[in-house]
Amino acid sequence: MSRIDLVDLAQSYAGGDAPIESFALKPVTMTWRQSGAYALLGPSGCGKTTLLNLISGIITPTRGKILFDGTDVTPLSTQKRNIAQVFQFPVIYDTMTVGQNLAFPLKNRGVPKAEVDKRVADIAQLLDLTPDLDRKATRLTADAKQKISLGRGLVRSDVAAVLFDEPLTVIDPELKWQLRSKLKALHRELDLTMIYVTHDQTEALTFADTVVVMHDGRVVQSGTPAELFEKPAHTFVGYFIGSPGMNIVPAQVDGREARVDGHVIGLLRNYGVLPKTAKIEIGVRPEFVDIAAPASGLLSATIERIDDLGRVRFARVRIGDAKFAARVPPGFSVSGNTAGLIFDPAHVHVYADSILVEGKA
Amino acid sequence: MRKTLNNRAWLLVAPVMIVVLFSALLPMMTVVNYSVQDAMAENHFFWNGDAWFRELLDPATEIGSRFAGALERNLIFSFTVLLIQVPLGIALSLAVPRRGWAVGPCLVLIALPMLIPWNVVGTMWQIFARADIGLFGAALTGLGLHYNDTQDPVSAWFTILLIDVWHWTPLVILLSYAGLRAIPDAFYQAARIDAASRWSVFINIELPKLQRVLVLAILLRFMQSFMIYTEPFVVTGGGPGNATTFLSIDLVKIALGQVDLGSAAAMSLVYYLITITLCWIFFTAMTQLDLLKEA
Repeated sequence: MSRIDLVDLAQSYAGGDAPIESFALKPVTMTWRQSGAYALLGPSGCGKTTLLNLISGIITPTRGKILFDGTDVTPLSTQKRNIAQVFQFPVIYDTMTVGQNLAFPLKNRGVPKAEVDKRVADIAQLLDLTPDLDRKATRLTADAKQKISLGRGLVRSDVAAVLFDEPLTVIDPELKWQLRSKLKALHRELDLTMIYVTHDQTEALTFADTVVVMHDGRVVQSGTPAELFEKPAHTFVGYFIGSPGMNIVPAQVDGREARVDGHVIGLLRNYGVLPKTAKIEIGVRPEFVDIAAPASGLLSATIERIDDLGRVRFARVRIGDAKFAARVPPGFSVSGNTAGLIFDPAHVHVYADSILVEGKA
Repeated sequence: MRKTLNNRAWLLVAPVMIVVLFSALLPMMTVVNYSVQDAMAENHFFWNGDAWFRELLDPATEIGSRFAGALERNLIFSFTVLLIQVPLGIALSLAVPRRGWAVGPCLVLIALPMLIPWNVVGTMWQIFARADIGLFGAALTGLGLHYNDTQDPVSAWFTILLIDVWHWTPLVILLSYAGLRAIPDAFYQAARIDAASRWSVFINIELPKLQRVLVLAILLRFMQSFMIYTEPFVVTGGGPGNATTFLSIDLVKIALGQVDLGSAAAMSLVYYLITITLCWIFFTAMTQLDLLKEA
């Protein structure tokens, strides 16, 4: 286990002279704590796999450095970096049994046989592979194969980190839950630094204690699931995480007031005067806006439909041209197709050019 | 749910069946016909039973010993061809670049020998290998080696093998290359992470993934080499002596040279059955190997 530091790390598949906007990974400086459980979350093509492959050494960065516990490993090959990685699709050595597959990374590193056997037995136990240890790996189902891949990633006790690249893609939904909880348990048990790449927010939020959200080659926020939910640092985080996502509407912000569609919404913090050229928006999660009967003090909206999610109901409404979602309080019955909106000022955030603006208290 | 039986589909297969009938079955039936009859002058045929087959399969007879000798040469030739071409083809396919501008030119260069017709290959090599004026033959002689493909059996075999390796190893290379290209990058990346050696990657990843294309390569190469005709016909004429007289060459001599249609027909059928049986054995062995191991 090690702490991993990325220093001004960037990757461009078109070479270092390409414009920075075209980089697959824009320069990033960040630290991955020792023994942390991280999720790297973002849509396809946002650069998460690139970042993962840079850490494991499968690709060499265009610029910047990677440090493991303060030692520069950037020029080292994958073999020398002491990293384990599990891929999206199962990778199995067809000629070997399940047990030999699990032992392979240890054998290649000259670990004594007694220790190999013990480690393989432990990991097989954790992944419920014990009954299959002597079977040929080729004949197993896709999820069993992926468990072997996971096992090969976890079998080395001395790795700096274990990287998972969307490892549960090929697994059935039900088994997915089991394996995910298993991974979480393994993380506690084995005390490994784990980085888990996914585009599925549920997967990220349930697995990780720190979620790193990526968008268009940039790390836009890194924080606990609660932080991402309550205080998204970027409008992308706002609508990518949460279902339905955060409401983002254009607004004029002046001091402690935001003006949307001619209506004033009070803010908890003072934002002073924001730059004229920036695109100013306010963001508020549907959970923090309640729908109410139309009244003169409330921002009025047109109701388009009500989504009943069982535990909670959300109204899809329209303010002018902007789409908006708001909670329907329990017991509230909708009449007519206009409604008023009640905002929780503590959860209304202001964004300038998509980036969160911190107001003054 | 019960499926309704509808035999009208046979109508759709009928055109193909008819073409196959005329192109393969009927000509073969005439061969079967010759093999059980003896012909006298003026097209008088009479029933000869299995006498042609008995004679052919009895090494004590003249035709029987010719057949046994040619069959032995054929088997030695085909197995040598497989032993050389399959490992060589795999080894060379590993050396072909996987990406970049060089892929296209490399593949075209590799495929070139396969595009040359058999008799042209034969003629080319007949001149190329001549000890007096051929570049190859003269070079070997110049180096002080005893080489003459029309007088020395070892030289003759060496030349025919070399021609076949030159002409058909490209097929193995291309098949094996296609198989290698189909292996996802993740396998190589995982192997790097597991600190696998290059040899280990070859044995545990590449070779198992190549199994299917290799079945194909081995079958094709076996069939083609077992039926070899043109190269020895043009280059060595089956000689010196009988050294390179393979089944096909002897067959043509018997059928068209001596006009022994009965013997020739019996020989064709046995030749054909041996080819099919050996292919079946190869195929079954290679595809069932894993199942046996598992059991």
